[in-house]
This record gives sequence, structure tokens and C-alpha cells, in this order.
Amino acid sequence: MTMTDSPQQERIIGERRLRREDPGLLSGENRFSDDLVVPGALHLVLVRSPHAHAKILHVDANAARSMPGVVAVLTGQDLQSEWAAPMPCAWPVTPDMKNPAHYPLATEYVHYAGECVVAVVARSQIEAVDAAGAVIVEYEELTPVLDLEDAVTDASLAHEELDSNASFVWSLDPNPEAVEAAFREAAVTVSERYVQQRLIPAAMEPRAMVVVPSPMGGDYTVYSATQIPHVLRVMLALTTGIPETKLRVVAPSVGGGFGSKLDVYAEELLCLVLARRLRQPVRFTEERGEGTMATIHGRGQVQYMELAANADGKVTAVRVKLLADMGAYLQLVTPGVPLLGAFLYHGVYDIGAYSFTCTGLFTNKTPTDAYRGAGRPEATYAIERAMDTLARKLAMDPAEIRRRNFIAAEKFPYESVAGLVFDSGSYQENLAKALDRAGYAELRAEQQRRRAAGDPRRLGIGVSCYVEMCGLAPSRVLASLNYGAGGWEAATVRILPTSKVQVVTGTAPHGQGHETSWSMIVADKLGISPDDVEVLHSDTAIAPHGMDTYGSRSLSVGGTAIYLATERVIEKALKIAAHQMEVAEEDLEYVGASFRVKGSPDQQLPLAAIAFEAFTAHNLPDGVEPNLEASISWDPPNFTFPNGTHIAVVEVDEETGRVQLERYIAVDDCGNQINPMIVEGQVHGGITQGVAQALYEEALYDASGQLLNASLADYLVPSAAELPSFELGSTVTPSPTNPLGVKGVGEAGTIGSAPAVINAVVDALADLGVTDCPMPATPERVYSLIQQATAAR
Amino acid sequence: MYPSSFDYRRASSVQEAIAMLSSDEDAKVLAGGHSLIPLMKLRLASPSMLVDIGRISNLSYVRKEGSQVAIGALTRHRDVETSELLAHEVPILSKVAGQIGDPSVRHVGTIGGSTAHGDGAADFPAALLALGATMVAEGPSGRREIAASEFFKGFLETALAPDEILTEIRVPTGFTKYAFQKFNRRAQDWAIVGVVAVRGERTNVGFINMGPTPLRATAVEERLSAGASVEEAAAVADEGTSPSADINASVEYRRHLARVLVKRALSELG
Ligand SMILES: Cc1cc2nc3c(=O)[nH]c(=O)nc-3n(C[C@H](O)[C@H](O)[C@H](O)COP(=O)(O)OP(=O)(O)OC[C@H]3O[C@@H](n4cnc5c(N)ncnc54)[C@H](O)[C@@H]3O)c2cc1C
Repeated sequence: MTMTDSPQQERIIGERRLRREDPGLLSGENRFSDDLVVPGALHLVLVRSPHAHAKILHVDANAARSMPGVVAVLTGQDLQSEWAAPMPCAWPVTPDMKNPAHYPLATEYVHYAGECVVAVVARSQIEAVDAAGAVIVEYEELTPVLDLEDAVTDASLAHEELDSNASFVWSLDPNPEAVEAAFREAAVTVSERYVQQRLIPAAMEPRAMVVVPSPMGGDYTVYSATQIPHVLRVMLALTTGIPETKLRVVAPSVGGGFGSKLDVYAEELLCLVLARRLRQPVRFTEERGEGTMATIHGRGQVQYMELAANADGKVTAVRVKLLADMGAYLQLVTPGVPLLGAFLYHGVYDIGAYSFTCTGLFTNKTPTDAYRGAGRPEATYAIERAMDTLARKLAMDPAEIRRRNFIAAEKFPYESVAGLVFDSGSYQENLAKALDRAGYAELRAEQQRRRAAGDPRRLGIGVSCYVEMCGLAPSRVLASLNYGAGGWEAATVRILPTSKVQVVTGTAPHGQGHETSWSMIVADKLGISPDDVEVLHSDTAIAPHGMDTYGSRSLSVGGTAIYLATERVIEKALKIAAHQMEVAEEDLEYVGASFRVKGSPDQQLPLAAIAFEAFTAHNLPDGVEPNLEASISWDPPNFTFPNGTHIAVVEVDEETGRVQLERYIAVDDCGNQINPMIVEGQVHGGITQGVAQALYEEALYDASGQLLNASLADYLVPSAAELPSFELGSTVTPSPTNPLGVKGVGEAGTIGSAPAVINAVVDALADLGVTDCPMPATPERVYSLIQQATAAR
Repeated sequence: MYPSSFDYRRASSVQEAIAMLSSDEDAKVLAGGHSLIPLMKLRLASPSMLVDIGRISNLSYVRKEGSQVAIGALTRHRDVETSELLAHEVPILSKVAGQIGDPSVRHVGTIGGSTAHGDGAADFPAALLALGATMVAEGPSGRREIAASEFFKGFLETALAPDEILTEIRVPTGFTKYAFQKFNRRAQDWAIVGVVAVRGERTNVGFINMGPTPLRATAVEERLSAGASVEEAAAVADEGTSPSADINASVEYRRHLARVLVKRALSELG
């Protein structure tokens, strides 16, 4: 059976349905981890390192221990015996990767400001805060390593026990001679240096957790604001030595993650071992100002990007070298983040020669890890900025240079030089649609008019075309990249006696609307109302198998698993129906939630009746077990490759340097769309996050390694007030990788948008001779670029 | 981000509030709390007692009194923004109020709190300075009036005594032309630099965030009254200011913005 084989059934897939999640979220009915009332829970507060790099000389906890309400004050030494293993990094990208042991509490040295040093447990939050303030830690300050280009020289070391700041060097060099030749023979070359600044994920809900030991001992329920309840359970078991069977992880309502909750955190481990030690529930909720230091950061790369091209603008080779900031330690997938972009630095272009090298470097800053797009926004930024530079060098329109280089629609499935197989796409059509929607020619004319008139409100138009790989991932491919887990997803579809349907998914939604979308997939297939489908998730006792939610994987992998499980349930129901109706299976068709005899539609048996039969089991065919249920674990054969064209129109105020995003046009191809309203929501948020990188956000450090903008008053997350209404369109090339033909859309907006915006800023100033603008394009930065360019003329 | 512990008392009248303040040197008035509570959470302020004046009923009003408009200290930013009387008589205040922070700040913060806080980066103080407003304070020894030019003393320091309450702000009518240039990166943010310009019989210009206190752009005002053009006056706008550098702007850039924004504000006045 495929998606198209029930033409008479009403389609639910493709409908704009309101999200069933929203009433509970908007009314405040939903419970987040910090809302959970757990009688007797103790409060954990951490004393954190104020220094980026220092030796711990002495901890004096005596005063703190005698303060009111204090239950325990523990150092790294005190807790060392609790650990079966250091904190996990699941992605050792090379066999010789350096990974300094990282424990939840520092023992001898601290390696970033914000690292946990002392755990204070008290009966109330405020008592714990006050006691933490009374802990005295003496440090000897050491030189911090803060800048990537300094780090790579090894002039000083982020980790005193290592002989280099490099954790690993990873390269992908499929055809080095071809690359050499292309650069030798190139009519034009481009050589650029781009900086991916550090970003703070800033999910709306801070991290929060509570660990509840069972009263009789033995097992633990871990409630955590996490994207990965399943992975977390495995890692908690491996790190604390508690058998996995004694651990239940629940992610209650989770208020966003963007990758920051795709991790195993010191505080989660501490709450668990403290609950074990103290035999009482222990909870932790981070404050915003500590979360900005202690929750992972994103991006943090210096990119050296080179293109070789012919005189007619055809790109012949891409060569890229990266320095990637790991931060102080390797968190769950830190080293793998640049690898997720490693295959994509040639973007949507048909290029035969390719070379990629990445050096992962330790610095004395907050660890980095996957952040919305993880690796792909960086890759897209580099190629899309470089394509604009090439266009400028050849005095060619940025749209035209892209047209000349696109992978042609008829080449799909397209085997890329980097070794991927791009599933489907129509890149020319994306660009054409976006240009048309933007009124590109008119915009260019307006830009010329303003230039000619000397208008200080300069217009800039930026184009960015992207392709990304998501739907993580074929487990065998992950194995070849040394990733420590698989990429399958699990699903159970269960039709209950009263014919209501329970769906159990291994995905862990935290804002994406899986309950709505998964119910639509099942309802569409079964011919029932989505309201009769309940989706259960994010509790390892209810959904024991799963690989969780990140990397735009949930629909293409988890949604497919659900689709296939639904198919299996129908197959089983068909057997029962044929038996009951005394006809051959081949003579039945499933339409409108009933099995009916082909050609005589009034002879039919509704699914509801079969569900009840499966429950009573009074009259089942031989060899068919009771109950109407199927479980599946699906491992995708390939990634999926969403793609699109984004166009940003900015106005740059020449007198102040202020950049105003005036219009934003996006044409995205995420394959078939289950619920276009959810797709649009994801694209809106995604674009906003990319615009944020381009114009607003950056984790700023001073020379001693202190984060300067740790509060949301200073770390500028943009709001709707800063943004225009997005103009969205789409193309649809169904992915052949899965039966739903879907690709994923959680990160696409973020991947396409930052280069579109910066290309627009540079375009606005190009006639002055400006060729680059670092991110974020702050008013002062843009103003000084204008000043420098004007002075140079 | 947890304040140290403190006592909390709620006053039902100005007199009662003054008595409470007099009883404890380290007590502080709590109005909307949108400046004070952030400071307490950072433990930059640790008052022993908060005297909550938020429920005193007769301190929120906007009324015409002769050639002035009297604004009660507890009037919320949102009420200043939407007051028809102000829109008509002192429109610059409505305009400024509408751009303070975000809607939740505007519904809770009070004009008295913003003024008593005396932040050089805040919007109302500079506007009141440009308007030549008068602050009315009540303390143990009675009621007194303080001119805006005498009110803002230093960094977060005003002419109010610790046991005085700002009860009313009186602003002159007659400044019919006005312009507000607030330069910030997000709509909800404080000004990186802001300029308030008002014109009646004369033109007054106030600066936001060009020094530790709100400032009058004296160099600009002098040039204008000597007959200088907008461009000429704007070119010296940053004279006599002392902006500081922070993560949003360098000193030089602030000075530059001051010149650009004054030019824009004056041009807007027409
Ligand atoms: C997120 C955010 C954004 C903001 N953005 C801006 C902005 O863009 N522009 C801007 O100007 N402001 C901004 N503010 C500050 C806001 O306007 C505050 O409301 C205002 O500054 C203080 O008013 P309040 O009533 O909250 O005073 P409170 O915080 O209650 O008090 C402030 C100080 O004044 C004293 N005080 C208060 N009332 C009196 C009185 N009647 N007599 C004597 N002393 C008194 C208090 O003791 C305290 O020292 C922002 C605040 C926040 C939280």
C-alpha cells in the first residue's frame, strides 16, 4: 500500500489543522519540569567557576554547611566515587580524538566560567542560594584560551594535561588532484574568511529537572526538560552505574530546545547521584543568567573558504578549512557538529572537486554542541557568501551565477562529490519562484534609483540557496562516521477495543507539534478522525524505544515509522476481516475505515468491529494473535535533503549603520507537507533564528573569558517587532527515501536565512566597495564598514 | 537572581509611606518594581524593607492645572501613552511612553518610579528635563517642589531624600512641536542613544544615555537660539556630554549617533 492507493478516502494529510498542543500550552495547563510538585524535594544549587581557566586551590564549605536548611555541600572530590564513567561524548569522530575527562563537578581545574565546582543541597531554593554564596573557593588563575586562531597556535593550552588544543583533525578529500588542478586552471578564485560567532540557544524554558527515587529504593524517575529522554536514560545508566532497568526518564512539557536540550548535563547527573546518596528527591532549575553560561552554545567556527571557477562563472572546486570551537569539553555530540556540514560546502551546486578539513579546538569557554541546523547553517553560509563574491568578481548577477551552477533537476538522485546521494529537488524552480515573488527586477531598479539619488537609505537584496541533509539517519552511515548510536525510530500503533487509537512514538517533541502531525498521519491512513488518535511520547516507561528529536528527523524517520506501523495494523485487521467475512484477503479493500468487498461496497466490516473482535479474540483466524497492534523500528535508507531559496531585502541606514530587514521571501522544498500550518510555523521560527545570527546575536566575552551578555536584556534575541511578515512559498519534490515523501523542515529556515541577510547587507554597500560584513551586522559595525569604505575611496 | 531577604510593608497613604520610610534607613519605596526588583535580584540593591506604594489610590491621575498638566507619580507608562489630555497638551510624553520597554513593562512601570530612579539611560527623565518639568515631593517636613534641572544629581541619584516620596510631576503645556528619536536594536530595548526635542516659544533638547544622568543638549540649544541652522546645531550636539562605552556602542559611536539623532529630531520639528 502506498499513500496514493485510497483515492476515495478523505485526505487529512495536507490539511491546515490547528495544533492540538496549543490549548494546554496557552492556557498554562501543561506542566513543565519546574512546575512538578514533588513533596520533600531538595534543591540543588551550584557554585560555579567565576574564572575561564584556573586551578582550584581550596574549597571552604564550613560556613555554608552550617547555614539554615542546608542538607549537603559536596565538592568534586566528595562525589568522585559516584561516577562509573565521565560525562559522555557519543561521537568520537576520529580514533585519536582527544577528550579530556569531564566530570559533573570540577576537581582540580576549571576550564570555563560557569563550570560546576560545588553542589549545595538545601530544603529550599533560597536557602541553597544563600549557602552557595557562603562557599569560599580559592583559585589560581591561568591564562585562558579564547580565540580560535590563537588556540590553533597552541601558544597557551586550554587543558593543561594536553599538549595541544586540537581535539581532532577530520578531513574529507575525495579527489585531491582534481582540486589542485581546478585551482591551478581557474580563471577566477575566491578566498574568504568567515566567522560563525558563538550563539546562545536561549530556549524559552530554561533547563529544569527533578529526580525522584522510589520510596522503597532501587529505582528512579528522572523528569527533565530534555529533547532526548531515551538517549539520556542510556547515558545516565552508563555514567552512574544504575541499571537502565531502574531508570525511567520522563520529559514533561518541554519549552523549546534548538539542540540545547540534546545533551547530557552535569546537573542531571548530579540530581540523580544526589537522590541516590540522600534518598530524597532532588531538583534543579537553572536561572537564565547561569543557563547562558552552563547550557551549551552553538556555532563558533572560523571558516576559510575557497572557490575555483571558470570565466563564465562555473565553479570547478570548493576547498574549505575550518577551525571549530569545541569549548572547554566535548559534550554529547560536540565533535560531530562540523561533520554534519562537512559534506555540504558545495551547496546546491554541481561541483566535481572538493576538499574539506576541520580542526576541532578546545577553548576556555562554555562547551558548544548541536544548535538548530548544526553544521549545515555554517556550510550554507560559507558557500552562499562565496558565491556572491564570485558573482561580484565576474560582475554577474547573484541569481545568474547560481543558475549556472545548480544541480539540474534531472540529475536526481544526485551522487555528490562528497559521497552523498541527494534525494530530490528542483533548485532552478525554487530560485525562479522566489525571484518572481520578490519582484527581483523591480527591486534591482529601486536599488539603482536610490544609488543614483544618493539616498542614505540604501537597499540591499540578498539571495541564498540551500540544501541540507536531515532525517538523521541511516544507522550504517552513522557508523561510518563513528557516531555512537543509530538513527532509527520506533513506533507502536494500537487500536483499542473501543476503536480509539493509541500511537506511541520514540520522538520527543518540545514544540514541534508531533501530536498533531502524527495523529494526522494515522487518521489519514485509517480513514478516521485525528481526534480519535492519541499520541504518547517522552516517557521511557510508555515509549521504551526511541532515538528522540533533533536534526529535523522526527517526521521523516519517526513519522515514517508510524505510517508503517499503521500499515501493519491494517494488514492484521485485513486478515481478521477476511476471516470474519469469509472472503479472500485479495477481495477486500480498505476504504473509509471499513473493509469492503471489491465491487460490492455494501458488503463491509468496519474497523471498529474488527478492533473489538481482536480484543474478545472469540473468532480470530488461526495463527493470528489477539489485539490490534503493531510495533516497528524503522531505519531510513538515506538522509533527506530539504532545499530552497531565500531572499532578504534590507535597508541600511548609511548615517547610523542600522540594518532593517524590510522583506523576506522563502521558497522551501520539504517534500510532501503533512500540515502546512506547522511547516510555516517551523519556517517562521527558523528564519527568525537565522536572522538573529545575521543581525542580533553573539555571545560576547571579555579578555579574561567572562561572558558579557549573560542576560536576555543584553543577549539580543529578536522578537516579532523586529521582523517583517515573511512571504512564504514552496516547491514539492517528494523524497523517495520514505513512503510519506517527506523531508523535514525544523532547521531549513535557519539554514537558509543568515547568508541571505548578510548577502543583502553587503549588496547594499557593494557600490562603496564593501565586500564583507561579519555577523552580527550591528549598527556600529556596519557604520564603521561604511566609514572605512568611504575613506578608502 | 534571588534577592536577599527583606521586609515588605504596604502603605495605604502617602503619610503612612513616609512614616514607614522614616522608621528604617535602609527602606526603599516600591512602585512598579521594574527598576528596583531587577537590581535586587542582582543583589546590587539590598533594601532591608520595601514600602509598597502601589496601592495608594489617589496617586494615579493626569489633570490640567492652569498652564501645566499634573501627573500623579503612580501613573503607569501605558496610561501616559494613552492619555487624551497628554496627547493634546504634552504630546511628547505620550510618544515617549509608548516606546518604553515592552507592553508588560508599560503596564506596570510608573512615571514616578522612572523619574525617582533617575537613570540617565531612561526615557522619561530626559523628556521631563527637556520640558522643564517640576517634581513634587512629600517628606516628614512637608511638601516641596524641585525643578527638573535640579532633580537629577548623579548616577541613579536624585534630589529626593530617602524618606521623601515623589507624588506628582508637573509639566508645562505649550510645547506643541516635538520629536523623539530613540535608537535601539530591538523595539523592547533601552535607548543606545535617544533624543527628545520639544519646541514652543523655544526649542529644548534632552539626551538619553549620553552621560550618567539625563542631559540637556545645551550646545544645541545655544546654537539654535543664536540662529544656527539644524545642521550647524546638530554638528556640535555631543559637546558637553560624557557617554560611556558598553557592549552596544563605543563612546565615539554614541557621540556620532547623538549628532545624527539631533539632526533628525530637529528636522522633524520642522
Ligand atoms: C525589561 C525592561 C525594559 C525596560 N525598558 C525601558 C526603556 O526602554 N526605557 C525606560 O525608560 N525604562 C525602561 N525600563 C524601566 C521601566 O520604565 C521602569 O518601570 C521604571 O524605570 C521604574 O518605574 P517603577 O514604577 O517600576 O519603579 P520601581 O522599580 O518600583 O522603583 C524605581 C526606584 O524609584 C524609587 N521610587 C519609585 N517610586 C517612587 C516614588 N513615588 N517616590 C520616591 N521614590 C520612588 C524606588 O525606591 C526605586 O529606587 C525597563 C524595565 C524593564 C524591566
